Amino acid sequence: MRVRIFVTPRQGILDPQGRAVETALGNLGFSGVSDLHVGRYIILTLEAPSKAAAEETVRQMCEQLLANPVIEDYRFEVEPG
Amino acid sequence: MKWVVVRFPGSLDDDDVVYALREVLAQDVSIVWHRTESLGAADCVVLPGGFSYGDYLRCGAIARFSPIMKSVKRFATEGGLVLGICNGFQILCEAHLLPGALTRNESLSFVCEMATVRVENRQTPFTNQLEIGDVLRLPIKHGEGRYVAPEHELRQLEERGQVLLRYVANDESFGAGSSPNGSMHAIAGVANERFNVFGLMPHPEHAVEALLGSTDGRKIFESITASRT
Repeated sequence: MRVRIFVTPRQGILDPQGRAVETALGNLGFSGVSDLHVGRYIILTLEAPSKAAAEETVRQMCEQLLANPVIEDYRFEVEPG
Repeated sequence: MKWVVVRFPGSLDDDDVVYALREVLAQDVSIVWHRTESLGAADCVVLPGGFSYGDYLRCGAIARFSPIMKSVKRFATEGGLVLGICNGFQILCEAHLLPGALTRNESLSFVCEMATVRVENRQTPFTNQLEIGDVLRLPIKHGEGRYVAPEHELRQLEERGQVLLRYVANDESFGAGSSPNGSMHAIAGVANERFNVFGLMPHPEHAVEALLGSTDGRKIFESITASRT
């Protein structure tokens, strides 16, 4: 299975990096940008008997290591093949 | 009492902790490599500052899985004293031995300066040689020291007195802007609910001799020894 994991700063937690990048875009002349957040994108290949099994494994990976639930949200996509 | 300092790949301040304890405070100290599984007969375990595992993924996130951390967790569960300084604090949060998390400084800049912190609770093994309201000058040097926890958790920390050290401005006032990294509630150091695990961003081991600009760090170590004698 091909897995894509997106980790982003948790909603409501100050994200100074996102704020700095948003300001920089504004300075470059890109107007109308808001709610910018900088996160992490993780891709991996996983051997699993089914898509559901892979999703459960990835969820545990995120909870235990790939994201820190105190400060980060995550979501992922699992694609067979 | 016996002190054990854990050395991770990327630890930087392990030798400074050993120096402070052995040379300045005449304590019995040994260093253990993170691959070791036994802490031996430790009374207090110190996780030192540095950049364990290059801060990959998140600060402290990988060190948490070092073989020694199983023993550290067991030691803490049994009531042993654990002190995490800077990266050690980050590791303790990632290992869920302390609440909350440490994130990028609000300024996005690495801060390297003398910080002023105020003692908020003295009924602990880490602060019993201090008084509430005492102001300490301790160096900080970190890029990710902004303490964050959910609002309800912060409230509980405050109610239970788990916030042991708080940043104050140079004039000893406290409020918005008194924290050099943007920490919530200007938190510089927190303990767990049992008060046997303590993490702080400032470095007491760098403030043990007048030559270093402050000797205020000694009080933290002296509190720990006093609590066990």
